[in-house]
Amino acid sequence: MLCDECGKNKATVHLTEIVNEQITKLNLCEACAKEKGSDVEQHFGIADLLSALSDVETAPETPGAPAPKNKCSRCGLTYEDFKKVGRLGCSECYMAFKASLTPLLKRIHGSNQHVGKAPDPQLLKEVQATSKIHEELEAVKLELQKAVKKEEFEEAAALRDKIKFLEKKLKEGHKTHHES
Amino acid sequence: MKVDHLLKQTCEWLMGTGPNSDIVMSSRVRLARNIEATPFSHWATKKQEKESLAMLEEATLNVDLMKNSLYVLVAQLDDVDKQFLIERHLISREHILRPEFKSVVVGDKEVISVMINEEDHLRIQVMQSGFNLQECWRIADRLDDALHKKVKFAYSAEWGYLTACPTNTGTGLRASVMLHLPALVMTKQISKVLQAITKLGMTARGLYGEGTEAEGNFFQISNQVTLGSAEEDVIDNLERIIRQVIGHEENARKTLMKQNREMLQDKIWRSNGTLRSAHIINTKETLSLLSMVRLGVDMGLIDDIDRRAVNELFILTQPAHLQKIEGRLLSSAQRDVKRANLIRRRLEGK
Repeated sequence: MLCDECGKNKATVHLTEIVNEQITKLNLCEACAKEKGSDVEQHFGIADLLSALSDVETAPETPGAPAPKNKCSRCGLTYEDFKKVGRLGCSECYMAFKASLTPLLKRIHGSNQHVGKAPDPQLLKEVQATSKIHEELEAVKLELQKAVKKEEFEEAAALRDKIKFLEKKLKEGHKTHHES
Repeated sequence: MKVDHLLKQTCEWLMGTGPNSDIVMSSRVRLARNIEATPFSHWATKKQEKESLAMLEEATLNVDLMKNSLYVLVAQLDDVDKQFLIERHLISREHILRPEFKSVVVGDKEVISVMINEEDHLRIQVMQSGFNLQECWRIADRLDDALHKKVKFAYSAEWGYLTACPTNTGTGLRASVMLHLPALVMTKQISKVLQAITKLGMTARGLYGEGTEAEGNFFQISNQVTLGSAEEDVIDNLERIIRQVIGHEENARKTLMKQNREMLQDKIWRSNGTLRSAHIINTKETLSLLSMVRLGVDMGLIDDIDRRAVNELFILTQPAHLQKIEGRLLSSAQRDVKRANLIRRRLEGK
């Protein structure tokens, strides 16, 4: 196969680019590939870089020794998965892989200690209170459905009032937050 | 409100106002936030992604700051609309790759946009015209506080806000400034400046972010590190560096005026002439010629058109914008004709 660019030399570099879901294939000789180099997007992702950084950390001390089995109990992501995709699975992964992430974060950021904004503990209390109301609301809605199915209309009416009350409470909650 | 309505308005970041707007196109602050102990989008099951979307949609739409916002599910957009939102910098290119259960909330005047279920559950973005990072941060901080009342974010005292990619962990803050640096490019000083910026822990990219070329002499400069420095310090640091870059660009413009006045004027007026006479023009040529016209306007050489009109052309001439304006799909060749028409009309003030 000859080079698409000069049409003289043998094509040794084969590039596939996907732009706007259209696949373009380029077959180039080495000289033209070099010249075109600046035009061709380098597909070298964050995962490659991260895995390069974390490899140093997870390399077993003695060659051949099995790597520690690391899995996040919350989402099931393994450290190997992380190295492949360059993304963690959930916030709990930070605890699960703490030993490996500590040096990695230090390498990336030059620091291991967050400085700056922290969630206001007062706000967190409000979130918890709101989410309790949300949970209760969902439960009451389910009960209402059951009551309607069973044609227990008195019960249903009472439940409907309760839903109204809870929804009002949620709305008021939002309002007081805005004022504060 | 619908996506089409955006076409009728100029986004805040294109207004051409604000401090140093002759060199700084826009300022942007982005915060990454995630729901505690909930799988990130790429690792979540469909059910989990759906639940995160419902929760964050409810939370975001009920914040005072986001009243009168446009809410869009990415999966419901056609290809042109997706591209249209990318061109306006309202969503990322990554956001359209797997569109299911992803959305964006666009605030009034496109100052705020919140992407839901991107790489992180929430990507809060605030944009302003000119050199105005402080204001961006103030707004983002307020919105973050408001959302905090509704969602428990993943946070650890040691590592701050926990994100899908460890490069964002800590503040989750990326502050960036879009600079127009034609004189540094013309005087061949740009690579030196960019190298210095990189050494100082900042990143430089093109007009459309990661992996894009510096088209139209636009450079996006942003902080790299998110762990170990407070938000205000990161912004302060970035501002100091940007001020230096602005100073260098100003000097380069002065030098060009003094030593190469004819060359500079020739470039600017030829660009202006080509844009006002072309009948077929592609995006790349448009960007480089518009860059020269913008320089002409900023240096007071061209005075029959204002900065905002030139800024708007940078976006209106992009492929999806042209197709939205025409209301139909256009081939690349058709776009080149429509683009030339639009530019001629706009530069003549019609």
